[in-house]
Amino acid sequence: MSTTIGQRLHLRTTARVQAAPRRWPLHRVLFHVTCVIVAVLFLAPIVITVLASFRAAGEAGTPPLPPWPVQGFTSASYARLDALGTGVLHDAANSFMVALGTSVLTVFVATLAGYGFSRFRMPGKAMIFGLILATMMIPFQSLLTPLFLILIKLGLQNSLIGLVLIYATVQLPFSVFMMRNAFDTVPKEIEEAARLDGLDGLRLLLHVMTPLVMPGIVSVGLFAFLYSWNEFLAALVFLSDQDKYTLPVLMMVVQSGRFGSIDWGAVQAGVTLMMIPCILLFLCLQRYYIRGLTAGSVK
Amino acid sequence: MNVLLNRRLSRIGLTHVRRRDWASLLYVMPALALVGVFFLAPLGMMGWMSLHRWPLIGRPRWIGFANYHAIWFDVGFWNALSFTVLYTVAVTIGLMIAGFALALLVEKPRPGVGFYRMAYFLPVVIGFASASLLWSWLSNVDAGLFSRLAQLLGFTQGRVNFLASYGTAFWSVIIMVIWKLAGFYMVIIMSGLQSIPADYYEAARIDRANVLQRFRFITMPLVRRPVALALILCISGSMLAFDQFYIILAGGPQNQTMTAVYWIFNQSFVSFRLGYGAALSVVLLAILLVISAAQLWLLRDREDLR
Repeated sequence: MSTTIGQRLHLRTTARVQAAPRRWPLHRVLFHVTCVIVAVLFLAPIVITVLASFRAAGEAGTPPLPPWPVQGFTSASYARLDALGTGVLHDAANSFMVALGTSVLTVFVATLAGYGFSRFRMPGKAMIFGLILATMMIPFQSLLTPLFLILIKLGLQNSLIGLVLIYATVQLPFSVFMMRNAFDTVPKEIEEAARLDGLDGLRLLLHVMTPLVMPGIVSVGLFAFLYSWNEFLAALVFLSDQDKYTLPVLMMVVQSGRFGSIDWGAVQAGVTLMMIPCILLFLCLQRYYIRGLTAGSVK
Repeated sequence: MNVLLNRRLSRIGLTHVRRRDWASLLYVMPALALVGVFFLAPLGMMGWMSLHRWPLIGRPRWIGFANYHAIWFDVGFWNALSFTVLYTVAVTIGLMIAGFALALLVEKPRPGVGFYRMAYFLPVVIGFASASLLWSWLSNVDAGLFSRLAQLLGFTQGRVNFLASYGTAFWSVIIMVIWKLAGFYMVIIMSGLQSIPADYYEAARIDRANVLQRFRFITMPLVRRPVALALILCISGSMLAFDQFYIILAGGPQNQTMTAVYWIFNQSFVSFRLGYGAALSVVLLAILLVISAAQLWLLRDREDLR
């Protein structure tokens, strides 16, 4: 049942309407007109921001009417943004490292745990699994204050590694659940055949099982990447040096005018830089995104 | 076949089910370590800290329940909490209506529908911080779009700063959140709508049920589970709102849009009253758990009522 829901949920519909639409009855015209108007409303803020980020300095602080650059496309806003603080590329690299680190750590931890929960009768299994899922009930926003002290004790305050560890913990319940389900769908016979061939333990997991649960791994990694690329509150609390800032924190500082008067062109450029990777990843990996969404919710 | 194979395997010692019991714990060790250090430890520490006066520099001092006593008289916190509840109610109603409407609009497979779904979903994948920064620009009175547009369309005389007064600032954020999240709830509700077998509608049509009756007696009961899920996610997420109010409004005007998490953030990391911040966190957590429990109880599956 749940797989059919998952399949039907692809945002791209696979069903073909048979008869070529020669006639355009009123209800069909109305349907498309409504849909297009709503689509314009939903896409407009994103498109306007991307277009406006290419306006010249004189235009950048004026209302986006029209949103496209009247005086020709320039990357001046990006250059001005890069001149603020330690430079936007530096902070984008911080964000990327945190996002990549979180994805790798989450995939590693969740794959091991998912395999363990799916295949072995370990002592206290139900309790351990319940504990990991229970972390979902207690949002990390309510744990920020003690986390702050714990990071100081571990010498990880103001460090990207501390951020990665926290983000991975936040992503853990969803990811472990997802990976356990992924391993549950792999037939036991495959494992047994591999055992007869002499593979065992981690080598069995790496060479035989991992390729079979790749879709689950992609979903888990994708969600971890998007979450940590966009996370704001923990980054704001735990990072205090300018050269450690991730993109959301840098852009908040730019937008609040702490570098002098607010440069809206730089804000448009920074928001564009933050949005583009998310949109590209989503468009390329839509299938895995929706799979993760339904796995996390429907079951 | 499988049983036979298993038996043979266990005879030659290839199924290590018994022997592996303890060793298999190694697989979940990394996960347990993360949960222990970054979840259980802070959880316990939060309770301990809340019983102290805990400055950033200097020794913490045991003060018993004095922090909790102070919370009782902390008007700022209760104002922030009631604002958070108000925001949650408004945004939940808005998102449920928008999500349901979008889901009904693009539920059936037709040409072009894939593009529409993608367009409505796109704001979900950009982060809350990006969406808030983008909105703070669009709502800016001088450089933004909305006040200029309202002026051109004749809704306002001259430029009006929508972020300067409480009412318009509040609705501006609500509209932003609906724009950003409606697609997410569309997908959840759509999954419910699509799992209803078409036969049910055909049977109802044969029984001469009209559109409203079909919606009331087939659609409504059968999308109950996804709608319940959407409600739980929406309420528990909105109670933790921070990014949009910090970035777009900075809690203003006159601290009227301060949320609960924002208040705790200020106490802990602006005033560095860490013990008091921990006590506030305990109170917020207790409230959140009560809300979750109440929702699960209200929305539990009641087979007898179906």
